[in-house]
Amino acid sequence: MASHPSTRTRRGPVTYLVRLLVIAYLFLLVAWPVYLVGKNTFADGMDNINGILEDPDIVHAITLTVQVAIIAVIINTLFGVGISLLLVRYDFPGKRLLSALLDMPLSVSPIVVGLALVLVYGGRTGWFGPGLESMGFQVIFATPGIVLATVFVALPLVIREVVPVLEEVGEEQEQAARSLGANAWQTFRRITLPSIKWGVVYGVVLSLARSLGEFGAVKVVSGNVLGQTRTATLVVEEKYLNFDKGGAYATAFLLALVAVACIIIVSVIRPKEDR
Amino acid sequence: MSIEIVNVSKRFGDFVALDSVSVSIPSGQLTALLGPSGGGKSTLLRIIAGLETADSGRIEIEGVDATKLSPQKRNVGFVFQHYAAFKHLSVARNVAFGLEIRKRPKDEIRERVHELLNLVHLSQFADRLPSQLSGGQRQRMALARALAVQPTVLLLDEPFGALDAKVRKELRDWLRRLHDEVHVTTVFVTHDQEEALEVADEIVVINEGRVEQIGSPDELYDSPANDFVMRFLGPVTELGDRLVRPHDLQLLTGGGEPDAVPGRITRITRVGFEIRVVVAVGEQLVTVTLTRNEFLSLGLQVGSEVQVRIAPEVGAVVGQPRLLGAV
Ligand SMILES: Nc1ncnc2c1ncn2[C@@H]1O[C@H](COP(=O)(O)OP(=O)(O)OP(=O)(O)O)[C@@H](O)[C@H]1O
Ligand SMILES: [Mg+2]
Repeated sequence: MASHPSTRTRRGPVTYLVRLLVIAYLFLLVAWPVYLVGKNTFADGMDNINGILEDPDIVHAITLTVQVAIIAVIINTLFGVGISLLLVRYDFPGKRLLSALLDMPLSVSPIVVGLALVLVYGGRTGWFGPGLESMGFQVIFATPGIVLATVFVALPLVIREVVPVLEEVGEEQEQAARSLGANAWQTFRRITLPSIKWGVVYGVVLSLARSLGEFGAVKVVSGNVLGQTRTATLVVEEKYLNFDKGGAYATAFLLALVAVACIIIVSVIRPKEDR
Repeated sequence: MSIEIVNVSKRFGDFVALDSVSVSIPSGQLTALLGPSGGGKSTLLRIIAGLETADSGRIEIEGVDATKLSPQKRNVGFVFQHYAAFKHLSVARNVAFGLEIRKRPKDEIRERVHELLNLVHLSQFADRLPSQLSGGQRQRMALARALAVQPTVLLLDEPFGALDAKVRKELRDWLRRLHDEVHVTTVFVTHDQEEALEVADEIVVINEGRVEQIGSPDELYDSPANDFVMRFLGPVTELGDRLVRPHDLQLLTGGGEPDAVPGRITRITRVGFEIRVVVAVGEQLVTVTLTRNEFLSLGLQVGSEVQVRIAPEVGAVVGQPRLLGAV
């Protein structure tokens, strides 16, 4: 961000006070607690980390979480970019309703999402559930259910990153490409996608972080079966409730580490001039 | 005729942007769509390019019915007011875009891009990004990009509108020279009458979604079809019930020519090389522009009593169309 010289000339005591408040606030709310998780994890050196990495059930849980997150992110990215184009580039009746609906996963508690999915896909009493199950496809208490729940809660993140970028770049470059002979796909590949690239990357990172960390909805739909449908966040809870604080901290630390790493990597590689 | 526009109408909701417009645009010429803001010029241009669809009517480009053709099949070059540069591509890649889409051989593309960048004087900037160019340079790049695909027609929507006055004038002269070299049928939109009069072979005046007049710059200036065209193309003043151009009026200090009316000078303003004299004729304030030499030889001052008349040559050349005050 190129700061205009005139916007940062005066630095009175108020400026410093505000900065101090913001830093203190972030420190107490975010940095300190997260740091403590790390500190507790390594209280006995590498013991806690080694402990969870040697437990096959925990390794399974972590693998499952990563798999689910990757699938969910792919689905949400494809869907998110498509919906964003639809929302920004086309006019159709019900557009505002759709836009409002897309924000719902952010406002509804994940646990409600979980229950709702069980109502629809539940093996015994759900709407589709019994039908799907008789075809040999189990959703609830299985990986597809976990993926569904994760997709649902992370749904708006790509869209909310991509829509403003699409609006900002405008339609003219695309129109220019069309009049130069490019078809819809060529225009998207060569013009639209490169110009929204960073919005998509940011959306993917946020979705990934959100998907790795989803707890409530997954807890309801997964059934929490050890070694099968228990995900990393569920492991944390389980360990914590069973007074295995070391294991809980270590797993939590790994989860936080991946999320923080994603965000740091992106903010480092992102070119400055793009924003 | 290269572009045939027949009864084209376009509405945005209840608003009529184009009202049954018919225009024939001749091959190989530089045609200006001129009119006030909101008149529908861009809408018409975008309909020719296929970026907007007409509600009714027909568009023909070089004898081919293009009404239902998508923009990528029309082979028109379009230049936008705000350049629409592909921001992530270098200048050379911008220009090459249309050729790459058409899957031309690499060597041919390189050669043609080189040629075009020479034409628009941007050779030394080939590897820069558009963000590293000035506005005028970006617009020349956009022109080269549009010309690269050898379009049947070149459409420019206020191509110099976002540039400062001096660069505008340079580019305008340059466009004229470029057109004399390339000879592609060109339509450009402008709301600057001076730009249209100076550059265009033919001018289409559009106002409130209708065509007011079509003709050469001379025809439009000398025999405007109506009040609107007359007022839009240059300064006007009223003498009695006649609408005239201030430079077509004469001031006389001597005694009574039969067609002159007496008045008193109320204001004298000098604007560069021309002198603007405001004369009160009865209740009416009439503006007369004189050259500096005419002004000095008459020895005029505020308060002088003078006679005002329409220069006799003007009446002789143009005749009736100028009697428009009564319309
Ligand atoms: N997409 C649109 N939706 C609604 N109204 C529109 C749209 N595009 C143009 N209009 C309206 O149509 C009218 C003509 O617009 P147009 O852009 O063709 O004018 P113009 O002659 O190019 O004016 P300017 O010189 O300001 O560019 C305007 O009143 C404008 O508000
Ligand atoms: Mg316009």
